[in-house]
Amino acid sequence: MAFLTDRKRAEGLGSAKTGTEHHWKMMVSSAALIVLMPLFVFTFGMILGAPYEEVVAYYQRPFPAVVAILTMLVGWFHFRLGVQTLIEDYVHGTARKITIIAMICLSYSAAAFAVFAIVRLAL
Amino acid sequence: MVQLTLPKNSRMTTGKTWPKPEGATNLRKVQIYRWNPDDDKNPALDTYFVDMDNCGPMVLDALIKIKNEIDPTLTFRRSCREGICGSCAMNIDGINTLACIYGMDEIKGDVKIYPLPHMPVIKDLIPDLTHFYAQHASIMPWLETKTNRPAKEWKQSIEDRKKLDGLYECVMCASCSTSCPSYWWNGDRYLGPAALLHAYRWIIDSRDEATGERLDELEDPFKLYRCHTIMNCAKTCPKGLNPAKAIAHIKKMMVERVI
Repeated sequence: MAFLTDRKRAEGLGSAKTGTEHHWKMMVSSAALIVLMPLFVFTFGMILGAPYEEVVAYYQRPFPAVVAILTMLVGWFHFRLGVQTLIEDYVHGTARKITIIAMICLSYSAAAFAVFAIVRLAL
Repeated sequence: MVQLTLPKNSRMTTGKTWPKPEGATNLRKVQIYRWNPDDDKNPALDTYFVDMDNCGPMVLDALIKIKNEIDPTLTFRRSCREGICGSCAMNIDGINTLACIYGMDEIKGDVKIYPLPHMPVIKDLIPDLTHFYAQHASIMPWLETKTNRPAKEWKQSIEDRKKLDGLYECVMCASCSTSCPSYWWNGDRYLGPAALLHAYRWIIDSRDEATGERLDELEDPFKLYRCHTIMNCAKTCPKGLNPAKAIAHIKKMMVERVI
């Protein structure tokens, strides 16, 4: 049992003086995805199910390739921020820190693989 | 991980069914959460029957009638009986509200009454609001000034005074905070809608000179940014206020001073 006053418990460790940057990045990436997602679905849908050579030729054009790369980068960045918030909500203690680190590794790895795949197609 | 099920000693059991009053024709069935810290029993849902022909129209009237005439051990907070003191906040028919301004006729079927959710219970319908009040105190709910005190009064224009409407009316009943899932999971660090609404009330007060310090204190992933605009607070507020909007304004001000 700790003899802490109610005020001491409420104050905790004080303000972290951070959070706005995370919030702003979420807002900006959300706005970017409003534009990128329809473009990605449209360009990807155009070539879905086509033969391999045709897909390679399609992704050698700048517009579909750049849209796909931007969607992957912004999408996984947005995913990383959003899932961090989700973990902070529901996971407590040391598990919180471990899960956040794992999720960051997963997001940036997935983004890197996606970009590599598109660049390989395009070049 | 957050705990999604009730601990073993908090699970509900069926409680006592109290006899119906004799000769009454207009009966309402009222089921009330009961828990006594002095025995080792789990919480139970007791059933009472209230003669509505001899009872006031509000849920608080029914509770007082039950306490006076049926079961004097029933425990709940109440004071002003007109929605000003915020004492009788409880979960009625699934909604956090004030028993004194919630009509029995607004409820279809049986009346179910529980204490405010996700708070430690002291007894029956009385939650422990110690931490909630301490969080409110931590946002400095008073006028902070640096300029020398004027001879007469701190002046405020009519337009600036209007900015406080929809904020100053909060009676700190805790209905909003205890309806917020973010407050359920992280109430130890997240300030909750009530404290943040009060924080905003002082941030936009034209007479207050600690705006920057107030924003500094709130800039925290947990104190402020646990709000995900779920809007339960605005939906449940018995005074019709919108804490979610106040929180959104605070976030907007945070961005304004960065970008």
